[in-house]
Amino acid sequence: MHDTLTPVQARDMLSAVARHLVANVDMLTQVDQAIGDGDHGIGMRRGFSAVEEAMASTEPVSVSAVFKAAGTAIMAKTGGAAGAIFGTMFRSGSAAFDGQAVLNAEGFAGFLALGLEGVEKRGAAKPGQKTMIDALAPAATAAKTAIARGLVEVVKEATDAAKGGVEATKDMIATTGKARTLGERSLGHPDPGAVSMSLILEAMRDYIAA
Amino acid sequence: MAKPKKLLNNPVNVVTELIDGLVAASGGDLRRLDDRNAVVRTKLADDKVALLIGGGSGHEPMFPGFVGPNLADGAPCGEVFAAPTPDLVLDTLSAVDRGRGVLMVYGNYAGDNMNFDIAAELAEEAGIVTRTVRVWDDVAAAPLDRITDRRGIAGDFFVIKVAGGAAAELKDLDDVYRVAVKARDNTRSMGVALAAGSIPETGERTFELPEDEIEIGMGAHGEPGIARRKITDADAIAEEMTDRILADLPFSSGDEVALLVNNLGATTCMEMLIVARKVHQVLAKRGIAVHRTDVGSFLTCQEMAGLSITLMKLDDELKRYLDMPARSFAYSRS
Repeated sequence: MHDTLTPVQARDMLSAVARHLVANVDMLTQVDQAIGDGDHGIGMRRGFSAVEEAMASTEPVSVSAVFKAAGTAIMAKTGGAAGAIFGTMFRSGSAAFDGQAVLNAEGFAGFLALGLEGVEKRGAAKPGQKTMIDALAPAATAAKTAIARGLVEVVKEATDAAKGGVEATKDMIATTGKARTLGERSLGHPDPGAVSMSLILEAMRDYIAA
Repeated sequence: MAKPKKLLNNPVNVVTELIDGLVAASGGDLRRLDDRNAVVRTKLADDKVALLIGGGSGHEPMFPGFVGPNLADGAPCGEVFAAPTPDLVLDTLSAVDRGRGVLMVYGNYAGDNMNFDIAAELAEEAGIVTRTVRVWDDVAAAPLDRITDRRGIAGDFFVIKVAGGAAAELKDLDDVYRVAVKARDNTRSMGVALAAGSIPETGERTFELPEDEIEIGMGAHGEPGIARRKITDADAIAEEMTDRILADLPFSSGDEVALLVNNLGATTCMEMLIVARKVHQVLAKRGIAVHRTDVGSFLTCQEMAGLSITLMKLDDELKRYLDMPARSFAYSRS
């Protein structure tokens, strides 16, 4: 169990996140085939393989620097909407760690809050449109509420909230992105981006709880 | 449904390999940008407004097949069905900028919008002026009052052709932008899908369509259209699509138009011509004159069967740039 992460540990955590995403590529492909054009999994494989490489070569000078390097790798290699969105989340979110020697509960909650702000601005999207924001927004809220209980609980609560958000996207009609023209046909299927967001938090939770 | 047979090597390399082929076929007109997945013209006139086009790959010849004299100056190519990354867009627009700024023309998709926007912001920091025209010609994608929610499909070509002519002649980025916006605003399309295309890396089809059904208005990635039904004869389908396009702008008697009948990938030339014939009949009946007709593959979706119909309402200025000579892999006229 970790109540704070050093820059080296933050880097190792992001490597674990990258491996977790790459391990779930086939599942993400299947989720996207139901609602999109089926390329979300291979896009995430490009992006998070790049994160794994970037983490192997990044000097962990600060928590902020490793999160920013992860975001830059995603943005440079993923392509499509997913690359812009997940790259923006890590890059915007990394500002929460600026000047911080370690990653702690407050910093993690700030990462989700600033990441959410960046994504909403970049995608001109808001909660309820069946996107990754529907996993990220409840996670950010839950994390903020749990700050006093420490990092392990913050990440656990955020992950649970994101999973709840994924479930909620099944009842939403897509109103943005390629899936928006599905209309009611998008009902019953989770949003692939929300699933990816939940996987990212899941891997962070497992690293921090271990 | 069985996975389609395809002539591929490692599917991870499809974009790199198609660009190699395009450069080889260009007779020296095109080069690859360093080791990146982008093509640029080898000879760029100094003192020229640059035209950058681009998007996800898998839709060839769109976009890199329309890079050449009096067309686009460069095209960053994303992975299959995925927008190019901001740094690839930035590097390509930096390569084609000649100090008069860069007009970016691309299809209106969330991924393209975000990645090109990020690139435009980075370009601004680097002192390069850009303007953006997003093409939203697909009338089936959203009602007219939400036109900015519509997708860009084969109408991309008319906007690129007109913008390419304007960029070759006009010296001011804002003038080229104005002409490109006019081309976009006068262009409407609709597609019909008979069978799905597939993603090279997975071999999976992008959607399922029963053997005896078609979908009117389906998007170029298999996005749902406005009606799925049993297949009927070509004339009925062509007439319905043309009527919906005409009602949208609207086009009216006395108008002069350019017509594009675009193959989504696997439809025969015979079927394309049968539909082109019917569209001409419908337009003649409505008193609409066809200035020029293009029939062929402009924006495809792998082995997707089906076609789209595009009309652009013309004025003298649009006609001038549409009729200018041009040369590229996918489109040449003298």
